[in-house]
Amino acid sequence: MFDGFSLDVSAGCITGVIGPSGCGKTTLLRAVVGVQRTTSGTVEVLGLPAGSPELRRRVAYATQVASLHDDLTVAVNLRHLAALLGAPRDDVDDMLTATDLRAQAQQQVSTLSGGERHRASLAAALLGHPEVLVLDEPTVGLDPELRRDLWALFRHLRDGGATLLVSSHVLDEAMRCDDLVLLRDGRAIAQGTPREVLREAGASDPEEAFLALVAADRARSRSAS
Amino acid sequence: MSARRVLATWARVLRQLRADPRSVVLLLVAPSALLALFAWLFEGTGRFGRVGPVVLALFPFVVMFLVTSVTVLRERRSGMLERLLTTPLRRGELLAGYALAFGTAALVQAVVTVALAVGPLGLEVSGSPALLALVAVVDALLGTTTGLLASAFATTEFQAVQLMPVLVFPQVVLGGVFVPREAMGPVQQAISDVLPLSYAVQAAQAVATGASEGAVWRPLGVVAACILLAVALGATTLRRRTP
Repeated sequence: MFDGFSLDVSAGCITGVIGPSGCGKTTLLRAVVGVQRTTSGTVEVLGLPAGSPELRRRVAYATQVASLHDDLTVAVNLRHLAALLGAPRDDVDDMLTATDLRAQAQQQVSTLSGGERHRASLAAALLGHPEVLVLDEPTVGLDPELRRDLWALFRHLRDGGATLLVSSHVLDEAMRCDDLVLLRDGRAIAQGTPREVLREAGASDPEEAFLALVAADRARSRSAS
Repeated sequence: MSARRVLATWARVLRQLRADPRSVVLLLVAPSALLALFAWLFEGTGRFGRVGPVVLALFPFVVMFLVTSVTVLRERRSGMLERLLTTPLRRGELLAGYALAFGTAALVQAVVTVALAVGPLGLEVSGSPALLALVAVVDALLGTTTGLLASAFATTEFQAVQLMPVLVFPQVVLGGVFVPREAMGPVQQAISDVLPLSYAVQAAQAVATGASEGAVWRPLGVVAACILLAVALGATTLRRRTP
């Protein structure tokens, strides 16, 4: 899948993995969590091979399709995961508050709206205060107000020392990250702070930058072949 | 093995079952209703005494096979299994939690069905009814573990349900239910010998006829060994890393 790919994610930062659908964002995140079968290459998280048993309490993953038990309530889902993680019971209430889901706590997951489901999945990932949070498109389909609140939460977690790896195909989200990786066809076509990426592309907004970088990359691969 | 994580899984699976009251009712009522039908059919012929214990042995196996294979398949396909395996939960703990939860359901089912059989339906059991319930629970666990294994070979719930007749009917046909095993030809007997349900039926019949304790425990031991084998094979299909 990945071609000569090397990426260093800085600790204590929000790194955005940006790119069109099918560019390998989810595969990259799964490799970091250690559930992707890899044929070559190494992925290390916090100095340990990805997926090591010691990492399972320190690294949390929220999948793109919110992975929760549909037939249980939000609170029961979170309590179950908290028990598996050995997280304190207070965590469940804290995360329900952080994701603004207190009113839905006793509701079955199958009856939640898309946005609520996403937040519930995020709340599950926050249990036990993981050091590394891997979030696959955590804000997709959410309204602007909620998106703003969640980004405030992400920054709050980062300021508390957490490292976040967040994927998105929404380019304006890129500007909210500390670091950016632009993926295309399994390759990183640009890396750096949002400002650096914009400067490299000679563009003023991320959408323009992305199009310019993709065009440049396409031209490069065409001349190479 | 962490008791906390096993118990968390056990409680979660039972809550999921409870969230579906119609399934719970079917789980408890269907075997009893079938048993009552047999009792009525064979009324006054004395044959209920032979068929009853076999139904008590087969039904938990079939029901738990279906319940487990569909539940686990759903978990695999929804990405929930992958999500769970990114937590400290180990595969053995997950399997133990499942076995414990479905075993609990099977215990309630067995108590209800056996009580009905030996009570109102007048099934005469020479051995102890408690032992008959134990046989039913062990058979249910065999159904759970085989269902778990089968869920790895199905990609839809429809397939999982259809695997049931494929795996179960041959075992019923050759398990000594219709034709006693001693009356079978050598090839049929050889096949029957390697089918786990043959031993489940044997154990149930041994309790019913009041055979020696050894005649109950020996086949039950074979069934227990098959459970462990299915768990070991099932564990290899729960992969943390997938393509």
